[in-house]
Amino acid sequence: MKKYIDSGKKDTRSGFGAGLLEAGKANKNVVALTADLKGSLKMDAFAAEFPERFIQCGIAEANMIGAAAGLALTGKVPFVGSFAEFVTGRVYDQIRQELSYGNTNVKIASSHAGITLGEDGATHQTMEDIALMRALPGMVVINPCDYNQTLQATLAAAKYVGPVYLRFGRPSVPNFTDENEPFVIGKAIVMNEGKDVTLFATGHTVWEALQAAEALEAEGISAEVIDIATIKPLDEDAIIASASKTGCVVVAEEHNAFGGLGEAVAGVLAAKKPTPVEFVNGGDRFGQSGTPAALMQAYGLDAQHIAEAAHKAIARK
Amino acid sequence: MAKSFEELQTIATQVRRDILRMVCMAKSGHPGGSMSSTDILTVLYFNEMKHNPATWTRDGKGQDMFILSAGHMTPVYYSLLARTGYFPVSELATFRQMGTRLQGHPSVRKNLPGIFQASGSLGQGLSAAAGAALGKKLDGEDNFVYCLCGDGESEEGQIWEAGMFAAHHKLDNLIAMTDWNGKQIDGNVDDVAGMGDLAAKWEAWNWNVIVAEGHDFESITKAFELAKAAKGGGKPTMILFKTEMGHGVDFMAGTHKYHGSVPKPEQLEDALKQLGETPLGDF
Repeated sequence: MKKYIDSGKKDTRSGFGAGLLEAGKANKNVVALTADLKGSLKMDAFAAEFPERFIQCGIAEANMIGAAAGLALTGKVPFVGSFAEFVTGRVYDQIRQELSYGNTNVKIASSHAGITLGEDGATHQTMEDIALMRALPGMVVINPCDYNQTLQATLAAAKYVGPVYLRFGRPSVPNFTDENEPFVIGKAIVMNEGKDVTLFATGHTVWEALQAAEALEAEGISAEVIDIATIKPLDEDAIIASASKTGCVVVAEEHNAFGGLGEAVAGVLAAKKPTPVEFVNGGDRFGQSGTPAALMQAYGLDAQHIAEAAHKAIARK
Repeated sequence: MAKSFEELQTIATQVRRDILRMVCMAKSGHPGGSMSSTDILTVLYFNEMKHNPATWTRDGKGQDMFILSAGHMTPVYYSLLARTGYFPVSELATFRQMGTRLQGHPSVRKNLPGIFQASGSLGQGLSAAAGAALGKKLDGEDNFVYCLCGDGESEEGQIWEAGMFAAHHKLDNLIAMTDWNGKQIDGNVDDVAGMGDLAAKWEAWNWNVIVAEGHDFESITKAFELAKAAKGGGKPTMILFKTEMGHGVDFMAGTHKYHGSVPKPEQLEDALKQLGETPLGDF
């Protein structure tokens, strides 16, 4: 199978920070807002380079969403950044009214998403955010898998006109995608071609899926790995094509069982290409304190669990 | 050319007629707050705001902007947009009907000129107005952003977040107004969730606070002039307009009953008789 090399672990939020700076240099209308999390969101470089275009909102997320909408009205391209829980669930109505229904050109920079936020525990670990954002008409939902892809996705979000939910994480994880690969919104990325089973993954689970594919290869199973970096709009053609080829699929995500990538893929397949689907997700649970790696293992989101799910899927063919 | 107080009175009377005829035709809507803010918004749209319907764009470039935070006051908002030339006055007859551009609460998805931002879920418009004011400052534009809030609406915490934000960022091109009619759906504001001293609250956030009589054209005009003159002082302005819900029709005045419900057909006839006809004519 195609070999991916970790060029050195990096956090995806730093990919966002680097992308934001680059987007800011390319377009003077790009502005960044945060609710007292400039450092956590890696906005320091942008704030130092463009102090007038960095807008500190204090710990007041609801107003931050509205202020971003107002800035967007005047032609700015605002990125609003906070922890995933605080820029989704906490301000859902503001996002619905001001960004989605209001159809404003605001980018939600959602860091520390999922269980890998780690030690802070369940209050800060959202595994419901993809469901919330997917449900909003017109909202683009992107969950890149590593530093390089997050940087490129940030640039793509800055160029796209309309509301975008850009989800990334806190921990350092392998950086393995091509740093020069431009991000195309709405396009699934075939990471490895295979014929026995398809592993659909998004965000941090893409690396896990690749590790699972390697383990499966050692057992003589050929796994196709597809990175669904854009969850909405979903690349239905890529999903149907791969499921038609392999005949069974696994969907892995750092999200709970409801309304995320799993249900999105299952929905497409149920309607257009009925195929056995196995799900790798956080179930119907909250998170808890722990290291990111320990939590990924405990919540069944790592390579081992993805490989086990692949066996189950193949058995159902 | 600024309208005289006499002309403003004629327009305001016609706007109140529009409001009542719209909500009665739709058999739904919010006449109470629309009638308490009619005089304020008539002065704003006809005399104070720098705007031009012919060249209007949603980005508000080169013009003043207005955001209705208390989004349920669409009857007065639509009437004034139509009466200042954003769309035909006849379109007011479509208010709240299937397929209309005149949605129950303001929408930006129907291409209705004059609407900058969707609103209706309370407490959110002031934040958007503050963001737009900041955007104008970043662009070096010297236009104002106006925003109308309700006093009941000010029970929302986000209003106070916006208060902190606008003062912190010294948005002296933001002129907010509160339609201080003392009523909300469930009754008197003081009985529902008392706001205490609104003026002191805004002053405590370091805003420039002006208290004015919201049914007195001279007082309204003076308040706007003071607010504009305060630009350069580094503070956003809040004009607290003392008003009466349902103002202009005796059985609607001073009660919360018509916040979100409409008069019966025979009451409409009575109300229109009280207001009297104007040379501007009904839609």
